[in-house]
Amino acid sequence: MAKHHVVTTVNGDPVEFLCESGETLLDVLRNQLNMTGTKEGCSTGDCGACSVTVDGRLVCSCLMLGVEAAGKKIGTIEGLASGDKLHPLQQKFLEHAALQCGVCTPGVLVAAKALLEKHPDPTETEVRYWLAGNLCRCTGYDKIIRAVMDAAKDMRSGRHAG
Amino acid sequence: MRYAAPETIEKACHLLASEQGLARVLAGGTDLLVQIKTDVLDPVLVVDIKHIAEVRSITNDAKGWHIGAAVTGAELKEHAALRAAWPGVVEAANLIGSTQVQGRATMGGNLCNGSPAADSVPALIAAGAMALIAGPNGRRELPVEDVMTGVRKLALTKGEIITGFRLPARPKHGGDAYLRFIPRTEMDIAVVGCGVALAIDDKGVCTAARMSLGAVAARPLLVADAANALVGTKVDASALDKLAAAASAACRPIDDKRGTKDFRIKVAGVLARRTAQFALDRAHGKTTQTH
Ligand SMILES: Cc1cc2nc3c(=O)[nH]c(=O)nc-3n(C[C@H](O)[C@H](O)[C@H](O)COP(=O)(O)OP(=O)(O)OC[C@H]3O[C@@H](n4cnc5c(N)ncnc54)[C@H](O)[C@@H]3O)c2cc1C
Ligand code: FES
Ligand code: FES
Repeated sequence: MAKHHVVTTVNGDPVEFLCESGETLLDVLRNQLNMTGTKEGCSTGDCGACSVTVDGRLVCSCLMLGVEAAGKKIGTIEGLASGDKLHPLQQKFLEHAALQCGVCTPGVLVAAKALLEKHPDPTETEVRYWLAGNLCRCTGYDKIIRAVMDAAKDMRSGRHAG
Repeated sequence: MRYAAPETIEKACHLLASEQGLARVLAGGTDLLVQIKTDVLDPVLVVDIKHIAEVRSITNDAKGWHIGAAVTGAELKEHAALRAAWPGVVEAANLIGSTQVQGRATMGGNLCNGSPAADSVPALIAAGAMALIAGPNGRRELPVEDVMTGVRKLALTKGEIITGFRLPARPKHGGDAYLRFIPRTEMDIAVVGCGVALAIDDKGVCTAARMSLGAVAARPLLVADAANALVGTKVDASALDKLAAAASAACRPIDDKRGTKDFRIKVAGVLARRTAQFALDRAHGKTTQTH
């Protein structure tokens, strides 16, 4: 069976890859494009560790085929920092110690960024519901929520230009 | 497995109809890809319908709404006019999964996956939605309550796909709602789900009502007896009692880890009453939030 030749955009860069029909976008990102920031927790849509954006929309990359990425704009955790400069969310996660093992963290960050782009001023309840599909076995969530709220506040006041 | 992404309905139906082996529609993939991953299904062909414009759009005119089968939950929620007209349908679709799942999950997939607990289905049934079907032999329509015939069983024949749903215009004083009972507040499967749509006249008397229950039988049920208990009343306490009793009486549930038969039967009545109250408040013009 011939592989699909897929032309797409990842974090603003044009990318091409070959994939089998059954390969998920998560498989392609990790195994072919060596973008291992996106994590695999469950591979059944339950944990959110594989969260990416597709044309700005938050999705689980384990529940999307690689071939479906053709012509889309994919956003992954690798696109958050600009060079050495961390994204405000990443900075706040460090300051609040909002991660332990870190397996859920890329997914949480990508999901939180998607939220703040839509709603720069969310309530705590909104943050909790938005992130309900991002499971964390370590932190107990409170620090994650506090870090997101704090980053949102800084980003609104423009204290972080990047 | 082969993957195809046709740009017309006709092509999609032809591909599905002419495949000898197991062929499946791919909409959001939030059921299908899980089933492939866990070896529940092993299709030789998946036909991605998301490149077909007709199944991706929401339109409306004086007669009502057309919602493409592959419109995602997130897109439904962002459609302010649809949300105002059929808040129960949009909210039900938005109970499906997480934000991530919402970005992909569709009402066509929710219905065609054939789960008795599918959240958007009782809301569509209550709203009086018609499923628009295309197949190798042309087009037809079925009331949504007639599409699922049992657990994972559909009234669709080989090569047929659902292209969309047709909903009536919201009645002048109309309201709808969908509530479900789950043991937590997010990310769980309905133990019981209930959709109610009703209309009242200028004096507040109920002129029409439809109600549907999910997760209490092998498929979502249209419960005409329950809805009829509201018609001709002001949806007062005694009408709601009759509705609740009819809802419980209609249940043919299973025992499982989420709830026993007795529990489901009881909850169906309680939920029916609450859902009808939300629908009534909306018919009276109140903007209420169910979730
Ligand atoms: C983490 C998680 C949580 C979930 N939570 C819920 C929940 O709370 N409530 C709930 O109801 N569901 C839930 N689901 C199940 C699933 O998300 C929904 O059923 C969803 O609506 C399926 O839509 P889809 O577009 O992803 O379908 P797909 O996976 O693309 O398709 C599902 C099935 O329907 C067929 N199909 C799809 N579209 C059509 C069409 N137009 N015509 C004919 N056949 C078609 C496919 O071939 C497949 O067999 C959850 C899933 C996950 C992964
Ligand atoms: S790996 Fe995709 S949701 Fe868990
Ligand atoms: S930090 Fe370990 S899973 Fe979240």
